[in-house]
Amino acid sequence: MNIHEYQAKEILSSYGIPIPRGLVALTSDQVERAAKMMGGRCVVKAQIYAGGRGKAGGVRLINHPEEAQEFAKELFGRSLVTKQTGPQGLKVRRILVEEAVEIAREFYLSITLDRMSSRYIVIASAEGGIDIEEVASKSPDKILTLTIDPFTGLRPYQARKIALDLGLAGSVCEDCVALILNMYCVCQEKDCSLIEINPLVVTSTGWLMAMDAKITFDDNAVHRHREYPDMVDYSQLDPLEINAAKYDLSYIKLSGSIGCLVNGAGLAMATLDVLKECGGEPANFLDVGGGATREKVAEAFRIILQDCDVKGIFVNIFGGIMRCDVIAQGIIEAAGAVGCTLPIVVRMDGSHVEDGIKLLQESGLNVQIGASLGDGAARIVKMLAQGEQGHVNTCQ
Amino acid sequence: MSILVNKNSRIVVQGITGRSGLFHTIQCREYGTDIVAGVTPGKGGITTEGIPVFNTVAEAIKATRATVSMIFVPPPGAADAILEAIDAGIDLVVCITEGIPIRDMVSVKAVLQTSTTNLIGPNCPGIITPGECKVGIMPGHIHAPGKIGVVSRSGTLTYEAVKQLTDVGLGQSTCVGIGGDPIIGMSFIDVLALFNDDPETEGVFMIGEIGGEAEEAAAEWIMANMTKPVAAFIAGVTAPPGRRMGHAGAIITRGKGKAEDKIRTLQQCNVAVATSPTRMGEAMLEAMKKSGSPATMAQVPTNAADKSTVKTSLKS
Repeated sequence: MNIHEYQAKEILSSYGIPIPRGLVALTSDQVERAAKMMGGRCVVKAQIYAGGRGKAGGVRLINHPEEAQEFAKELFGRSLVTKQTGPQGLKVRRILVEEAVEIAREFYLSITLDRMSSRYIVIASAEGGIDIEEVASKSPDKILTLTIDPFTGLRPYQARKIALDLGLAGSVCEDCVALILNMYCVCQEKDCSLIEINPLVVTSTGWLMAMDAKITFDDNAVHRHREYPDMVDYSQLDPLEINAAKYDLSYIKLSGSIGCLVNGAGLAMATLDVLKECGGEPANFLDVGGGATREKVAEAFRIILQDCDVKGIFVNIFGGIMRCDVIAQGIIEAAGAVGCTLPIVVRMDGSHVEDGIKLLQESGLNVQIGASLGDGAARIVKMLAQGEQGHVNTCQ
Repeated sequence: MSILVNKNSRIVVQGITGRSGLFHTIQCREYGTDIVAGVTPGKGGITTEGIPVFNTVAEAIKATRATVSMIFVPPPGAADAILEAIDAGIDLVVCITEGIPIRDMVSVKAVLQTSTTNLIGPNCPGIITPGECKVGIMPGHIHAPGKIGVVSRSGTLTYEAVKQLTDVGLGQSTCVGIGGDPIIGMSFIDVLALFNDDPETEGVFMIGEIGGEAEEAAAEWIMANMTKPVAAFIAGVTAPPGRRMGHAGAIITRGKGKAEDKIRTLQQCNVAVATSPTRMGEAMLEAMKKSGSPATMAQVPTNAADKSTVKTSLKS
């Protein structure tokens, strides 16, 4: 789960980590007022759920409040396309206005999970403020890492080693030790899968400060943090994905025309792979869960049909223990309820397959049965290529 | 023969009185699995479906000599359930639960490393030795006893692979779903090592997916140690970066965990990679034919010199 930069900074600040003075604005007038409060000279930062904002023109150093207002008008009116957003970009709905800070030095600092060691690690670099992936690939020797033992936690001497290796000395070094330890507290208490401060700076007056911050919460730990759902900015998410999440369906919108409904994440990924291999373009990834139930299949069907790009649907259910006749009823109900006339290919495996196929064939839907994964994928691609779509997706 | 579970395995089910816990317990028993006990704190003393229920795993082991625990406890209590089973000294824990917080699993993994218990999962379909013992939620009927070991990060994609293997006439010695989370118990390498030492396993099919570097590590291990043919499939060639594809662990982050990189490394390490999920069974069959008879497979590979060069070049 992602949150905005300003929210991440609020959390860090509540743990004693210094951040620049700043205000969040929802309109360009608010941006102007905030800029005045910062003394005119300030930094205006678009808040979206993606990195790379600076290079994409979403961050600007401003000298006059009017200039801030002009820039805000421009930002609020468009989608910001960064290398992390994809071509459609993300709409700017919130803007952070911060005091301008004179920077002496910049560092990179993060805590994240290392999958190979199954432990949290601290990553630091004296090459701050720039793309850490680039540093990691071009000069890995400039990256410091430290593995944290879950039983002892992060110890002050370990944090001190990082601070010293970053080239800090004296009081600012001890400030950095405290900052790293506090960051680990945030990571543990807030169940973060990533906390990144990039850049962490030493100001010209000798203070440490988190100039930019990113926090990703562990989705699996949301049950321990009742405040998390309220922190989500739904304008940053695809409406269909929000809807799918309500029904505990794993849905990701893609750019193609074939709606996919699959049980199980691995099989769902493999289904997209086969469709592409057959020359088709999937419209989505959708995992209804390993043990697909009739209700979930019906709900998934409705969500796929809300996507106006969908011109045909491929259902791939490896039921196993599940009864295929029950799954088939779910499909028929959902398709019938919304008057779906799009071509559908269903590939099912599990108990009562024959009953399920019979139900589908007698349902009056524009449906074909795929004998296997490959056969099903080839069929839906062929149905679309032959222009069998003819019928329009009636989505709103 | 098989690895980890067989007809002598005695199973205790943690979370047996929950809806899916009880449903799958019955399914496993119908397959022939010896379910000897259940554990639900606060419900000790009752029996469900004729299975005695205990308050703790230790009590269950003492009374029934259970050797394997199957866990259906919901996410908030699942890590505790695993730790309890480890503390009770059980040989094998199979955790089906999906959605355990990362922080909990970091601790579990650290405890696991100091114990003799093996953990399969979490967020996995479980383990099955066809014809003998099913500890998990997979459909038993698609499996056939045989000589191929299967190890996978996925659930239903494993069923697809197993069905294809059975369809081309390749039965399975044991199928292990190691789970789709970023932190799991047994890794590809742990399971591959057991298959390598199992005299009845003659080849291994491995199913990976995007995210992490476990497949790359397994590939290098295979190159250096495996004496049996390995075929593989990697899901997610078309997956967009930065998106979590259903499994908590299936995400391409910072340019790492791409399917192409995994496929390339596996191929460099002599693993036959199926180019499509529709050809998993075929790929295994070809790998078996290419390797010749089981006797040939057991021999040390003749091109050991070539292998060491490739391994060095991979590391550099």
